Amino acid sequence: MDEPFEPKIIAFLCNWCSYGGADLAGVSRLQYPPNIRVVRIPCSGRLDPKFILASFRRGADGVWVSGCHPGDCHYIAGNYYARRKFALLKGLLEHMGIEPGRLHFSWVSSAEATKFQQVVTEVTTAVKALGPAKHFIKQVPEVA
Amino acid sequence: MEKKVDAVIGYRRGTIPMMNEPILIRDAEKADQLYWDSFCGINLANYLPKRKERLAIVAKGCDSRNIVIHLQEGQIKREQLQIIGVPCRGMVDRQKVWVKLEGKESTGVEETGDQIIVTGKDLKDSFNKADLLQDNCAICIHRNPVLYDELAGELVAEQTGVDRYEDVRAVEAMDPEARWQYFENLTKACIRCYACRNACPLCYCPTCFVDESRPQWMGKSLDPTDVRTFHFLRAFHCAGRCTDCGACERACPVGIKVRQFTKKLEKDVLDLYHFEAGMVPEGRPPLDVFLPDDPEGFIK
Repeated sequence: MDEPFEPKIIAFLCNWCSYGGADLAGVSRLQYPPNIRVVRIPCSGRLDPKFILASFRRGADGVWVSGCHPGDCHYIAGNYYARRKFALLKGLLEHMGIEPGRLHFSWVSSAEATKFQQVVTEVTTAVKALGPAKHFIKQVPEVA
Repeated sequence: MEKKVDAVIGYRRGTIPMMNEPILIRDAEKADQLYWDSFCGINLANYLPKRKERLAIVAKGCDSRNIVIHLQEGQIKREQLQIIGVPCRGMVDRQKVWVKLEGKESTGVEETGDQIIVTGKDLKDSFNKADLLQDNCAICIHRNPVLYDELAGELVAEQTGVDRYEDVRAVEAMDPEARWQYFENLTKACIRCYACRNACPLCYCPTCFVDESRPQWMGKSLDPTDVRTFHFLRAFHCAGRCTDCGACERACPVGIKVRQFTKKLEKDVLDLYHFEAGMVPEGRPPLDVFLPDDPEGFIK
């Protein structure tokens, strides 16, 4: 059990920008930590707070949400609405005792493969430093 | 006489002291049941969503703000409403009275100015109303209704110089683990009766997230994670909409300070978007609008 802690991080990437950025990072052969599990969402505005809670409840050590830069949303304004929602969401989650380094947000365009690589590294380092998640994990098996 | 409304929503005296109840009156002869004192804490805006008839409604400051939110969210039309505004001097928390009575049973309660007089068998006690106010009423800065057609009573002076977010700042000052523990202790007694949800005028979804089963976002058990998930999501649904009317806390049978969740959001909405819920019918709720230069320091 002396292996270093490798966190599980759920990454919610917007279809039009950040997912494209991940794709470009891949075809460009950029190296980044393998700790993220990508979930593609149609827009950062689609991210329901329940998704983040569900991730933590099932044992994710960190969550990262990424969308298009302000002004670049495929649906014109989805990320602007998302930004307000994220600000309040992050505020309340951290107010309730989730450590500030567990939940991350970013804007990554589909051309920003290097930014993608850099953010994955930052997020992984931050979550790794915190250690395994202690809170919000559902311990009792869910009843079907 | 012109018939302006089909029904009146107001309060009537409860069958036991300090327990006034909401009443919907359809018959003008029964209007004498309408009652008002410092135990009318229930938020009557809760009874408005999707009603079809014309209604008169008794509204304190907070009720009127929740009516404004219903108008903004299309739950009711302004033409249907005849709002009877009642300037409010703060509502009394009956639980605080019960604590003062130390187990003695009250059979009657009266008010004279700023005194609450409780009577019962071998009991006649008088308390300062100011000491017994609901927590949210003690820090209320919108006692007068913001929207009304008629006023019952003189407008009251608004409280000034109150610190609305003292308790939120106290929690913010703790480290994450202490904050987690604070809320863990806070919700320990929760029995998941959903009284806080049911009393809240903002909660009117046809299917509540707690009842959704595919996917099931949270278990129905008393597992602390489920309890925490419930309180988090309930509060988050009220983001930018909560008027701090205190209905949730008032309804809680085990005395959980559930406003500690919503108040953080209320404070953030005020700090980040300079918005107070339900003040003007023309505006949109803060999560329904945006500014290109909204704060985004937390985004990489």
